[in-house]
Amino acid sequence: MPITYTSNEQVDVYRFSIPVTIGVPLLALFVQAFLPLRFPSFAVYFDLPLLVTIFFAMARRSPVAGLFTGAVIGLAQDMLGHHQIGIYGIAKTVVGYGASSLGVKLDVENAGARFLVTLGFYLVHSAVYFTVAHGLVNMTETWSWGHGILAALANALLSVPLFFLLDKFKQRT
Amino acid sequence: MPVVSDDGHDNWQLTTGDWQLFFMESVLGRYRNLVILVGVLFLQVLGLAMQVKRAGNDAENTRLIRIWVVGAITPFERILVWGQNGTSNIWHNYFYLRGVRAENRELKDQIEQMRLEQVRLSEDAAQARRLQTLVAFKEQFISRTVAAQVIGSSGSDLSRIVYIDKGENAGIRRDMAVMTSDGIVGKVLLVYPSVSQVLLINDQSSGVGALLEKTRLQGVLRGTANGEVALERVMSDEQVPVGETVLTSGGDQIFPKGLPVGTVTKVANGKDLFLNIKIKPAANLSKLEEVLVLVEKQERQATAEEGVHVRAADILAQRLPSVPDKPADATAVPGATKVTAKPGSTGTAPKPAGTTVPAAKNPSGTSTAPDAQGATQPAKSADRPSTGQKNSGTAPSIVPESKPTEPKPDASQSKPVSAQPKPTDSTTPVPAAPRQPATQPPPAESSPQ
Repeated sequence: MPITYTSNEQVDVYRFSIPVTIGVPLLALFVQAFLPLRFPSFAVYFDLPLLVTIFFAMARRSPVAGLFTGAVIGLAQDMLGHHQIGIYGIAKTVVGYGASSLGVKLDVENAGARFLVTLGFYLVHSAVYFTVAHGLVNMTETWSWGHGILAALANALLSVPLFFLLDKFKQRT
Repeated sequence: MPVVSDDGHDNWQLTTGDWQLFFMESVLGRYRNLVILVGVLFLQVLGLAMQVKRAGNDAENTRLIRIWVVGAITPFERILVWGQNGTSNIWHNYFYLRGVRAENRELKDQIEQMRLEQVRLSEDAAQARRLQTLVAFKEQFISRTVAAQVIGSSGSDLSRIVYIDKGENAGIRRDMAVMTSDGIVGKVLLVYPSVSQVLLINDQSSGVGALLEKTRLQGVLRGTANGEVALERVMSDEQVPVGETVLTSGGDQIFPKGLPVGTVTKVANGKDLFLNIKIKPAANLSKLEEVLVLVEKQERQATAEEGVHVRAADILAQRLPSVPDKPADATAVPGATKVTAKPGSTGTAPKPAGTTVPAAKNPSGTSTAPDAQGATQPAKSADRPSTGQKNSGTAPSIVPESKPTEPKPDASQSKPVSAQPKPTDSTTPVPAAPRQPATQPPPAESSPQ
């Protein structure tokens, strides 16, 4: 059981049942693909698969589990689009690894910490995505700081209630 | 591993095996997580590089991998859309019927207006067909479409695609055009057995051949990073007015020529001597529900067919007060004939030959050009003395294009004008008598309304 830097207390490591492990990411992908048909700006600002990646990574507090969670969710998200498979995969692998590594060291159970962690990791995710898209795939997507920060704030705000909802599925190891 | 030297001291020398052991225990053990991260990232980069190398058709190469996720997600989307549509249909078909009567009336008026417009356009089309025949022009026709429901999207603003609920089983193939009644939407990118992926025209990787309706300037339609649509490759010395309609040019071999694309909203100087033209798509790309997939198109050489067309006067006549049909043995009145009843049309009072038709007006009171044109033409032929007909009153509602008003010689013999309704025969055209305006009193045989 790891000890955090912030509280010097032991923090719990959680696990999830198999239906939750498979069902929640699939549900996030489903909502992410379906809602833009009714609310077109949803896809512009929100990234539910990213939030799910951050949540699972932080709750499990295992970098290996976190990076594999991010890789699988990211690759699945790539498969729904038409670009090359692996761009979201790489970005979410990095985020999963980072979030779980941070979860080991910091107490991320409170709302403020979750808000800040999500805000930061959204920007990290965007930075990795655009680096890969430009550097490897030669895509011409343009980065906008205004949109990036706005989307990061929107995702951070959504993460607070969403993470509390997903807390219900946690199981102590 | 210790090795005894010549002076009797033990020297520690690391062999290759020791190095490997040291590496495994220290580096991999200490940085295990980081090594796995690098390994997973390396594999994904390798996969990306392989896809980029096969740059020709990247989505098609990974179709078998994508089908897993698409197959897991789309059934739920299909069920949800089906449920939504069912609820919506119940509401609209049974509960939300307020104002339907008024709407019906408005639609009927619109149909009348459109029929008049159709007459005018059919004349233009006939002329165009004749010209196309002269130059052996090959034209494309939309011969079969499949209606499909939009059930999902990519979920990312960086990949502007939608999923439709029809796939290979419905005859859909890659690169088929997708449109709505408003305008084009995109093209089919990937096809699965029961689902297809459609690339929208506002995606950055999309490209559509387009032309401006009036100026006939051609360009390439592309999506921008923020989801807008721009017309590229139009030289900056050209004049492009804002508001001009953009149509497909047919140059991409996907969309037939002449389909609506959108309207020009902004024109500015771009880079490399080209204009930067922003287009507002005719179809609402952000809220697509039903689309049509063009599964079959025919290419055939234009022919100047002996087409049949309806005159504007006939359309207008239907708006006049109706005259009930008389029995066949009705008393004949000299100079008066019974108008051939046309399905769906109201009867019109006959009128002696030689009279001219006043300017036709539609119910709104505005003069319609096609009406006047259509009405004066028969009046001229009716005035011809060679026909010998005082008044046929049996203007065929359908007139062969090649023989507009010229009567047959035998028909011009002095046949008595009969009150019997003369059957309409498109093969033996009869000079059309001008229609009587609504304000004129009905002839003797016509019963008052």
